[in-house]
Amino acid sequence: MIALSYVWWLAALVLAAAAVFDLRARRWGNAAFWALIAIVFAAGDSILAADKAGDRLPTQLVGVAVVVMALLAGSGLMRRAPAADTDAAARDASAQRLGHRLFGPALMIPLVTTVLFLLAPFLVIGDWRLFPAANPTVPALALGCCVAVVFALRVTRARPVQALRESSRLLDQLSWAVVLPMLLAALGGVFESTGVGAAVAGLIGQVIPTDSRLACTVAYGLGMIAFTMIMGNAFAAFPVMTGGIALPLLIRQHGGDPAVIGALGMLTGYCGTLLTPMAANFNIVPAVLLELKDTYGVIRMQAATAVLLATTNIALMYFLAFR
Amino acid sequence: MNYWPLLGVAAVVAGFALRLNPMLVVVAAGFVSGFAAGLSLPDQLALLGKAFVSTRAPLLIVLTLPVVGLLEHAGLREHAQRWIAGLYYMSLSLLLICYMALRQILGALGLTSIGGPAQTVRPLIAPMSEAAARKTAPDLDDEQRERTRALAAATDNVGLFFGEDIFIAFGAVLLIQTFYSANGIQLEPLAIALWAIPTALAAFIIHALRIVVFQYGLKRGTTGPRA
Repeated sequence: MIALSYVWWLAALVLAAAAVFDLRARRWGNAAFWALIAIVFAAGDSILAADKAGDRLPTQLVGVAVVVMALLAGSGLMRRAPAADTDAAARDASAQRLGHRLFGPALMIPLVTTVLFLLAPFLVIGDWRLFPAANPTVPALALGCCVAVVFALRVTRARPVQALRESSRLLDQLSWAVVLPMLLAALGGVFESTGVGAAVAGLIGQVIPTDSRLACTVAYGLGMIAFTMIMGNAFAAFPVMTGGIALPLLIRQHGGDPAVIGALGMLTGYCGTLLTPMAANFNIVPAVLLELKDTYGVIRMQAATAVLLATTNIALMYFLAFR
Repeated sequence: MNYWPLLGVAAVVAGFALRLNPMLVVVAAGFVSGFAAGLSLPDQLALLGKAFVSTRAPLLIVLTLPVVGLLEHAGLREHAQRWIAGLYYMSLSLLLICYMALRQILGALGLTSIGGPAQTVRPLIAPMSEAAARKTAPDLDDEQRERTRALAAATDNVGLFFGEDIFIAFGAVLLIQTFYSANGIQLEPLAIALWAIPTALAAFIIHALRIVVFQYGLKRGTTGPRA
């Protein structure tokens, strides 16, 4: 079976390769950063197991590692690799020569992942199954990437080590931005445990006039957007806002349709996701990947869509929930 | 109720507004709200460490990097650009609107990993968009180029966000259902997913119009098309 732990090890391998290449190039800050995250990935499952068994030292060490990584990123010791445009002529020639064959491996990742995901329930022999039953997407993605790498190596006739060299180049280009989504998700967990969510819901509950349907609907919508922007994630905002406003006021007091309120509340939160740098994997990582000078460039392009759609959503909620 | 942990939120907002390094801002905000909640330093380190290890999934983007890097090295982006430039009927709005529709439909079928900033936008959609934009504005300047690339990434996000919620096995739908059933309201996932359709249509129409407006701005040659 392709367990989740193999996938983490594979990711650790890619990250460790970046550490090795940076070590050779004497970019010490980058090397330390990738080495730390590679270790966290490789040892992750045993760290969580130790924590469950009551040994908190490993998780505390990870906490220290996170602080060190943040300091590395914030102190400027990590250098972002320049977008190397040295061999533009060679790439152009290779593009001419290979043509449409280059699309094959690129499309292979989504294609293989999807096919494996759909076939997952059938890839079973007796008790043995190819993917864990609970979560086949991640192992399917990993296998899809492996297949695509083999095809890419065949098409480009590159040596295998070249693949890791290229991924290390891209990692140095992405730099700390690639770790930010993980860190933000962790912050969501910390906020949850320290009672930030309950405090926000409590504050909003004190302010709105509860006997007005419209005021409650608007407050719920805006609350979902605001809290999603703070947490970077509508999933984290949903239980807090729905438990604090929608359930007691819109559903219990005003008799709104819970299915409508749930679906549209969540989607209104998504409009907040389009607006916040806290949703780094959607808003900051693409800006870095596309080498935009403005880190908030993607958010700027999304802002008008998000505001118009949020307004539409709140109106839809008001009219559909109280049919 | 203890309102002091909200200082962590204030730290996040202030940090991002001052454009400090986001990694530092996030870690600092965690400690601010941790101390405000009266946790000891060892407790906070354990909390942060555990939360960090438990959320490794977003970093799986690194698995796609060897393929994307190899193909880029072999000229994938150059080829994508030349191909789109050669299709006489292809315009920026046609390209991006088709991509958004495809992303929404596939997302509604649960096929969300088919695209993404690393998988499709950087190697394919962004260079294609640039090539298509050059047909409208042959002397595309740097600012317009930046905005075109940003629009490609934005379109990917909009297509993903407002398609996946229609899929009944998607996490958001199941989260909504679980939340309600914990509060004594029983709902079928399908009943929730259906109500995502009006928003999906609205998102498509709004963003498609904005793409058309953006292309119109390129055509008029205003330096900063305000789409």
